[in-house]
Amino acid sequence: MDARGTALLEVRNLRVEFPTRRGTLVAVDDVSFDIAPGEVLGVVGESGAGKSLTGMAIIGLLEPPGRIGAGQVLLEGRRIDNLRRESLRQIRGRRIGAIFQDPLTSLDPLYTVGRQITETIQAHLPVSRREARERAIALLSEVGIPAPERRLDHYPHQFSGGMRQRVVIALALCAQPKLIIADEPTTALDVSTQSQIITLLQRLSREHHAAVMLITHDMGVIAETAHRVAVMYAGRIAEIGPVRSIIHSPRHPYTAGLMRSIPRVGATGVRLAQIDGAMPRLDAIPRGCAFHPRCPQRFEPCDRERPPLLETGDQRAACWLHGAPRTA
Amino acid sequence: MAPPGQPDDARPLVALRAVGRDFDVSRPWLNRMLEHAPRQLLRAVDDFSAEVRRSETLALVGESGCGKSTVARLIVGLFPPSRGRIEFDGTPQTAAAEGLWSDAVRRRMQMIFQDPYASLNPRWRVMDIVAEPLRAHGLMTRRADLRARVFELLTQVGLAPADGDKYPHEFSGGQRQRISIARALSSAPEFLVCDEPTSALDVSVQAQILNLMRALQEKLGLTYLFISHNLAVVSQMATRVGVMYLGRLVELADAATLFSRPRHPYTRMLLDAIPDLEMSGRARTPVAGEVANPLDPPPGCAFHPRCPLANQRCRIERPQLKAEPDSTLVACHAAEEGRIPA
Repeated sequence: MDARGTALLEVRNLRVEFPTRRGTLVAVDDVSFDIAPGEVLGVVGESGAGKSLTGMAIIGLLEPPGRIGAGQVLLEGRRIDNLRRESLRQIRGRRIGAIFQDPLTSLDPLYTVGRQITETIQAHLPVSRREARERAIALLSEVGIPAPERRLDHYPHQFSGGMRQRVVIALALCAQPKLIIADEPTTALDVSTQSQIITLLQRLSREHHAAVMLITHDMGVIAETAHRVAVMYAGRIAEIGPVRSIIHSPRHPYTAGLMRSIPRVGATGVRLAQIDGAMPRLDAIPRGCAFHPRCPQRFEPCDRERPPLLETGDQRAACWLHGAPRTA
Repeated sequence: MAPPGQPDDARPLVALRAVGRDFDVSRPWLNRMLEHAPRQLLRAVDDFSAEVRRSETLALVGESGCGKSTVARLIVGLFPPSRGRIEFDGTPQTAAAEGLWSDAVRRRMQMIFQDPYASLNPRWRVMDIVAEPLRAHGLMTRRADLRARVFELLTQVGLAPADGDKYPHEFSGGQRQRISIARALSSAPEFLVCDEPTSALDVSVQAQILNLMRALQEKLGLTYLFISHNLAVVSQMATRVGVMYLGRLVELADAATLFSRPRHPYTRMLLDAIPDLEMSGRARTPVAGEVANPLDPPPGCAFHPRCPLANQRCRIERPQLKAEPDSTLVACHAAEEGRIPA
């Protein structure tokens, strides 16, 4: 892999599982990828594909009984998946910033925005109260909040949805993290605000040279923001590669179907291509390729053997169309 | 004009005439007395006039809080308008005490909601959910007839008759939305009000539901009012599109015209904000500002604080909807004065 050695985040064969009375459900299975500094990796997939769980596993915030069943997560070459809770908490604030979909759940309604930001800064950096406040003002103005000196003393409910999401981004940037994990950061926002937040994320990855993992279900957001994309289906990566190749010449039939099912402006009256059926539930993932029951191009090995990621073009796709199974 | 009750293709199915709706968002009485705070009214919809023509899909787009869902709820009669009047096939709404629409009109319109998890009673079997409008309107009473009709409806929306015996939690989001559609179709309505019907669904499932809605429209000659914030979805579905901003209609045009030649600066901004899936690298104008507080809308044109073309007139005088030569309606001084670049 090209990014090995220079990668900031390395995820190796990650498996997230949920033990239940009727056996262990595997929600994320054998997922591997890297993100380099300054790079935005988009992770797309439909609900239940395992994209958010992958993000949560990386920052160590899986809700029990969910747990990492196998694999490794390395930040700057050091494993962080086996750390104790306290040391992971340090890393989480200092080196990893997290942005979630709903800005209201990330902010405490009882404290002013200024207090939340300055406390976060002081928790991670050895600065005085006054310096922390100055930094907070600088951060708010960096994420595009007008009149930051005044806004610092406001409570979260006094901000609009878009402004609140900017505050959350400012909070994530407090300790100048190397890695930013953004889980559906624009989904709760209106289109006009959404495009402002996309522009902001792009600028942050460029100027702070941070690695960004952008989790979303919206291919449009990915097309505008990401350098590379990982498409997830039923807990695995179906296809991964440069954003241009994935969008213009997808090699996995699922990605191809997904791209064709997205409505576009100007295509009035044209019937959308649809993928029949639905993604399987975790307790009923089919044998072989998880997509084969819905796949228009399935053939002999697909229901028997699960395809690994195979090189094709300048991307990799988990599909037997791009290489023969060893046993065949 | 044909008398009410008789079909007339020229007559719009639904007509809204200068409709407005206010909501009282005042603080509680005691607070008002103690703090000498005045009553506060939110103008959710103001001076809204439009017609829905037979067998068309009229889409309403706009950002959250623009009043598009309020229009939908006014039309189906969930609450009465504060001003103006609404007609269905020539029949006006009645007084609120009588339920706004007569029974005869009510069974001719149905609504599909955004969240298929919240709009289906989890304790009811699908069979009873779908049969509910038939029972409520007294259209069918014999159990065997009801079963047969529900089976037909389930098949029509792509579900199996056996699904009638299941509960909503046994279905995925897309299948639940199919159940909502089956329920909406059970009283054989002509008019469906669809409020963000696919916004809670994944994109591949959204394609299935949109295709189903189009197929049903062709087969049953349905008329849709389609509410969405997603312009790409609207472009897929609409015959005509109305764009709303802070409770008012700012542009109304044929879908093809609206997407190829948008006039209102707000419509242009919305179109420009759609993420570029083709990755053509087109330069986009950065979107400025946010929607103003609806409790304190700006004077003049409500969009002027964000509008690149705003001048003194826009800050004072509210623009009215005016017809362009191609019959597009636009409420914009810049458009009227020819100040909009092509």
